[in-house]
Amino acid sequence: MKPPPFTYHAPRDLAAAVRTLAEVDGKVLAGGQSLIPMLNMRLAAPAHLVDINRAEGLGGIEADPAGVRVGALARHSEVERSGAHPLLTRALRLVAHPVIRNRGTVVGSLVHADPAAELPAVLAVLGGAVRVARWDGGAVAVREVPAAEFFVGPMESAVAPGELAVSAFFPALGAHDGVAFEEVARRHGDYALAGVCAVVTPRGAKVACVGVGPVPVVVDLGDLVNLDSGAPDPRAAADLRAAADLRAAAEAVREATEPEADIHASAAYRRHLVGVLAERALREAAREGAAARGA
Amino acid sequence: MTTRLFGERVPRREDPRLLTGQGRYLDDLGREALAAAFVRAPHAHARIRDIDVAGALDVAGLVAVYTWEDLPERAGRALPLLIPHPALTHGRTAYPLARDVVRHVGEPVVMVVATDRYAAEDACALIQVDYEPLKPVAGLEEAVQGVRLVHEDVPGNVGAHLVQEVMTADGRGAREAIETSPHTLAFRLDIERSASMPLEGRGVYARWDGRDLRVYSSTQTSTSVRMAVAAALGLPLPQVEVIAPDVGGGFGVKIVHPWPEEVLVPWAAMTLGREVKWSEDRREHFVSSAHERGQVQYVRVGFDDDGRVLGLDVTILHDHGAYTPYGIIVPIVTSTQLPGPYKPGSYRVEFTSVYTNTVQVTPYRGAGRPQAVFCMERTMDKIARYLGKDRTEVRAANFIRPEEFPYDQGMTFQDGRPLIYDSGNYPEMLRMIKELIGWDSFERRPGRGIGIGCYVEGTGVGPYEGGHVQITSDGRVHVSTGLTSQGQGHETAFAQIAATELGVPIERVSVVTGDTRRFGYAVGTFASRAAVVSGNAIALACRKVRRKALRIAADALEANPDDLDIADGIVHVAGAPSAAIPLSTVAVLANPLRYAFDDETARATQFAGAASPDRPPVAEGEEPGLEGRDYYSPIRSTFAAGMHAAVVETDPDTAEIKVVRYAVVHDCGRLINPMIVEGQIHGGVAQGIGGALYERIVYDQHGQLVNASFMDFLMPYATEIPHIETGHLETPSPLNPLGIKGAGEAGVIPVSAVIASAIEDAEGIEIDRMPLSPSDLFDLRTTHRP
Ligand SMILES: Cc1cc2nc3c(=O)[nH]c(=O)nc-3n(C[C@H](O)[C@H](O)[C@H](O)COP(=O)(O)OP(=O)(O)OC[C@H]3O[C@@H](n4cnc5c(N)ncnc54)[C@H](O)[C@@H]3O)c2cc1C
Repeated sequence: MKPPPFTYHAPRDLAAAVRTLAEVDGKVLAGGQSLIPMLNMRLAAPAHLVDINRAEGLGGIEADPAGVRVGALARHSEVERSGAHPLLTRALRLVAHPVIRNRGTVVGSLVHADPAAELPAVLAVLGGAVRVARWDGGAVAVREVPAAEFFVGPMESAVAPGELAVSAFFPALGAHDGVAFEEVARRHGDYALAGVCAVVTPRGAKVACVGVGPVPVVVDLGDLVNLDSGAPDPRAAADLRAAADLRAAAEAVREATEPEADIHASAAYRRHLVGVLAERALREAAREGAAARGA
Repeated sequence: MTTRLFGERVPRREDPRLLTGQGRYLDDLGREALAAAFVRAPHAHARIRDIDVAGALDVAGLVAVYTWEDLPERAGRALPLLIPHPALTHGRTAYPLARDVVRHVGEPVVMVVATDRYAAEDACALIQVDYEPLKPVAGLEEAVQGVRLVHEDVPGNVGAHLVQEVMTADGRGAREAIETSPHTLAFRLDIERSASMPLEGRGVYARWDGRDLRVYSSTQTSTSVRMAVAAALGLPLPQVEVIAPDVGGGFGVKIVHPWPEEVLVPWAAMTLGREVKWSEDRREHFVSSAHERGQVQYVRVGFDDDGRVLGLDVTILHDHGAYTPYGIIVPIVTSTQLPGPYKPGSYRVEFTSVYTNTVQVTPYRGAGRPQAVFCMERTMDKIARYLGKDRTEVRAANFIRPEEFPYDQGMTFQDGRPLIYDSGNYPEMLRMIKELIGWDSFERRPGRGIGIGCYVEGTGVGPYEGGHVQITSDGRVHVSTGLTSQGQGHETAFAQIAATELGVPIERVSVVTGDTRRFGYAVGTFASRAAVVSGNAIALACRKVRRKALRIAADALEANPDDLDIADGIVHVAGAPSAAIPLSTVAVLANPLRYAFDDETARATQFAGAASPDRPPVAEGEEPGLEGRDYYSPIRSTFAAGMHAAVVETDPDTAEIKVVRYAVVHDCGRLINPMIVEGQIHGGVAQGIGGALYERIVYDQHGQLVNASFMDFLMPYATEIPHIETGHLETPSPLNPLGIKGAGEAGVIPVSAVIASAIEDAEGIEIDRMPLSPSDLFDLRTTHRP
């Protein structure tokens, strides 16, 4: 459990980082919480490591009315504590344990693209984007990759060799939107067996599911679920209808996913679970949205 | 008196050291040593055609590469079969490095020594082993078919087969008794593989100075490692010393000896004339140490209207992996401990222990008992369910009654001695656990259930341990015993015994374990035996020293030894506090050579009477010094017992399983330190919850271990373990001077049974396998309530 030999680089700024990445066959080292174990188990053997932890200008969390931009060096715990985005905060509480969140980065988690990770689902359900930089013709070139194109497959994102993800943008929620993240993990802080994050707005609802497909599975539920779906009185006729809608939504989510079996859970269980979690997340998000609307 | 410490909640004296990073574990030693790493088999079963090391030779820092062919004859022999048994007709052990055939993924094939572990692993990666893959035997079902063989010369893959039967009072066998019983049930139970997961893996560090070999090993038995190493390397025993430093957990896996590395690392140190060290990493631990638990049990039981068991017939299939270095202790323990606190009218148990192309199976905390208790307690629950009776009522109907002790179960135990329970009080224990958990007032509802499990554990197996106690002229008490410590609190518990026996403050007592320089004869720390066997040996050694101290003090004080007592380290005449002499002074007087190196010796000369010219300074039958050595060799094991109960909630939608309450009543005879016992129970219960709900070793059909990391082998975190409520019952053992029984393994033993009982209660679905994940529970619901 010792990594094979590699050459270590510690660039001081973005330009130096992408220039190094252009020159060598290397991997970016951010929080190291996923990469270091892979190196130690010799599952990855890059000849060069480009450690961005000492690079200037890659940190930071900027919030404006349009949304939150999270820099490549912003740690999970920083973003969680900043409270800059309610859905990010909620998702981050489900990511690993505090010591890992103190080192791991939000952007690193997106690039790592584990199909069971929470943050890719958040980016996907919000329709966010990742800013990616590379060295091109003597200068830093930047492109913006929308979430829908960012997650390519299990453990595979649109960040190409030689590229560096600079930041991620998470669009803001509307004043009356409600959000929720529900998951089942085997132990506290583990990657989820299945998870659903939901956004319910006055216009409709959308979920993104983790652990049930190669990339986050986004399901647009249109107006099947609305802010009334979280209403608290299940005896009222409207609420019975809402409950039926939630069940229909859960079914639609199940239909959209293609879970696989592994040693921790059967495919059938994951499919069942994602429906249960979708229903819970949608009800909770609707309740939150309704409360924000003052209903 | 401040010195009566036996039974007190003395805080663990080792904790400040261990909890602040001051511990000295194997990997903290030998900073300058060369590092060893191993090329391990990637196949479950393969013939080695060729080993090509050429690619590794250019690695900077490479020192040596060894294959089996490089080993001298003695070191290259198959490892010893430690515990032979007549029923183990086909015992097989591995070679230190694979010879011709590998039989499980992870078997060591090539040893690499380099200047550091990085270089050693780089070299390992460049060594080419040409394997001819053979078809693996990848599970119990496949093993018993006997079509593919793990060892060519072991037909049917059967290593051992044993039947034990206890007849009814009127001489009928279990099968006959079942036929004539009013009610019968038959079912199959499955327990999956798990493994000891000490925080620190195994490790060996060896130094050779051209004449003497010193070996540090993260072991549960330094004395036996010493003998094994001396034998394998052809060294006279006095030239080998073995030390177990702080050991970061053992749980059974480190009682096996010698591990290949315990032979290879010292041999390499001698061959190279350099210090060599090897620290096992986590992946190596998964694929090359040892596993346990995996069994399939077929049960038939006959019982009467009260739930009394008239006949019990259990057939066990036990998977012992690729080799049997530790014999068949695990299935023997399962078979003999299965009846627990009950007295079945008749009992027949048959096990078949088979080879598979997997890591070898040797005892893991509980050592076959968790499987036994799972079987017996599932049986009790099924009888209760069948008869519509309270589960505790059925158990009570089967208990051995307090007046029936000593109770002979009629079998032969793991130590080869009769299985006779020394003492116990099971009805009282049941009353206590019911009260602690609130059994009678429990509000059951769907998704919320309560469970119970009872067990008896044979502890403190022989053959012996020893203790040495020396009081030096500074008044300090130095205790040593040969067995080792892996965090059980021996430094505290043994010091409590010594302080109490000698009447000295505990601060003056120091304890050394597992160092063959200090004590050469020992068995080891396993089988919940350290407190019972070493504890009593130390007490006996202290009593010897005490007698000598009183005799010397009596001379000096011109008193009768019978009138003397020791308190706070001072011998005084009872009722006359001024007539006193400190033990430090007695220690000086005990040695006729009185060079005044320290104040105490100088001062002590005033007490020295005129030496009689008629007898030698050290009289016949005497020895210089205030010290003593004694051994305790138990006639039989002592039998501790416990009952656990838990409340479990299951989520109706997600099938998540949550343990909301856990209660333990425990009887290990007289308690040396209730806090240490509780700590052992807490750790054991946590391990048991791991085994019940989280941990399983998973092999695929190719014999690949697919979850060989903590990412996928799920040990519970503190967040998964509920608060554990504990009650103690003290039924002293009549077998030993201190009246104690073992406690080390207790916590883990009944947990799977208890959790299964509670889930069954919450779900109304019979639970016949462990561990149980939410996904498993979901599948059960789908089958039983479609
Ligand atoms: C015990 C444990 C439990 C965990 N549980 C969870 C969990 O429940 N949910 C969860 O989502 N995660 C979990 N994680 C993973 C954790 O969130 C990681 O921190 C995260 O996946 C990766 O972030 P990092 O900054 O550590 O990336 P690193 O480990 O440094 O890198 C990961 C990968 O991303 C690449 N990379 C990182 N940053 C960039 C960048 N800016 N540009 C280009 N490439 C980049 C690296 O080259 C590497 O391939 C867990 C980790 C551990 C150790």
